[in-house]
Amino acid sequence: MNAEANRTRVIIVPASKPALPPHIKLRHDAGRGRWHVLAPERVFEPDPIAIEILKRCDGVNSVEEIASELAKDYNAPLQEILADTISMLQELSDKGVVKA
Amino acid sequence: MNEVAPMEQFSEKPLVEACARAPVGLLAELTHRCPLQCPYCSNPLELDRVNTELTTEQWQDVMRQAADLGILQIHLSGGEPTVRKDLEDIVEVAAKAGLYTNLITAGVTLTRDRLKRLKELGLDHVQLSIQDVDEANAEKISAYKNGLAKKREVGKWVREFDMPLTINAPIHRHNIENLPNIINFAVEMGAGRIEVANIQYYAWALKNRASLMPTRAQVLKSAEIVEEAKERLKGIMVFDFVVPDYYAKTPKPCMGGWGRGVMNVTPQGRVLPCHASESVPGLEFDNVKDRRLADIWLNGQAFQKYRGTSWMKEPCRGCPRAEIDFGGCRCQAMAFTGDPANTDPACKLSPYHQAFVAAAEAESAVTEPPPFVYRRMSPTKAAAAE
Repeated sequence: MNAEANRTRVIIVPASKPALPPHIKLRHDAGRGRWHVLAPERVFEPDPIAIEILKRCDGVNSVEEIASELAKDYNAPLQEILADTISMLQELSDKGVVKA
Repeated sequence: MNEVAPMEQFSEKPLVEACARAPVGLLAELTHRCPLQCPYCSNPLELDRVNTELTTEQWQDVMRQAADLGILQIHLSGGEPTVRKDLEDIVEVAAKAGLYTNLITAGVTLTRDRLKRLKELGLDHVQLSIQDVDEANAEKISAYKNGLAKKREVGKWVREFDMPLTINAPIHRHNIENLPNIINFAVEMGAGRIEVANIQYYAWALKNRASLMPTRAQVLKSAEIVEEAKERLKGIMVFDFVVPDYYAKTPKPCMGGWGRGVMNVTPQGRVLPCHASESVPGLEFDNVKDRRLADIWLNGQAFQKYRGTSWMKEPCRGCPRAEIDFGGCRCQAMAFTGDPANTDPACKLSPYHQAFVAAAEAESAVTEPPPFVYRRMSPTKAAAAE
């Protein structure tokens, strides 16, 4: 990858296909009984919704598909879930935790 | 999503749980050897000699024990960690044990082949330090020729191998005016993260404080520059901004609280609550050669001594910030007030605060600061290390 490739801010839209970059690790910590996101010199503790979203960030599912799956699972209105998913992924993208 | 480093959310829970909790990170100072001689080096004034360093097997054992203890991230540091020829063997074991591995390097002794190999063995992240983006000034600060060109090359390799890069820029009066260029350098290098780290004045930096301290106006200006750049570079580069606490009103929660989230292992294997804690009298440091890491973390005298809040005196005792900043830094309290159990003089409630601020203001106002005392092994130690 050349140095310039990532030098613009990614804006998350419904068609974006988010993924975790290889150096970001979503790990279940059995000792502590919780999930962690391991990032360069950072450890994050995702909440239950963030975990469900992050698990689906495989570079294949679009944000829209992730949101509609969650809307079904949680029996919640799609538009609301989609908006929440986009804003969460935008925040994660700005922190360098997901790419799209 | 909450950030956990360096401590987990936990401020309302009682001390007993604090002790039972596992650390998140371990700073492994693999060696004190370094080709650079920066006058703000965080290593102690008394440097460990090469013939006293832990062996490959001992470091590998530390990595396995760290993972067993629940440590998530390992920071491979020094000195310059790449001067150890067995760095690959240590990284391999750390990565296999499930640790997130971070190499903290000055870069000048790294080769492309070694970096490639380290990546293959599971190295997760590289933090590359720079002294300045002005070549001559960088040479003056580090007492090392052509370092910047080498660092540029190393940064390119890191990105070539698609590894995440952090640029670490220690900031002081001799480079603070160059901050915009330093930030641009990090963007050009493809860094995902930059640490704009004002010098913290311990060990070598404390010895050189009068040569390094920026003025309050310079620090305020640098904070504005960082704020503007942060906004402009949102989604491109993440910022970590460390202010010099001489100009603060409240102390930093040093290490996220003593013995709460982080531990440090020296080249000889001594286990410290923080890398500067050997300057605090009355602490007994255990060695990984004698005792298991988990036992040291839970029961070691040095870790227990200032853990939690029960050791505190006024004005820390009963302070609403007692479990936010934990009374600041024990080493700074020791260095400036002579008693490590005093509140950090960076706190405005400290009776030493005014003198502390006055020292910074007076030193930074001098137009011709004293020359650097470069970080070097003392002559007798250097001879012994040959």
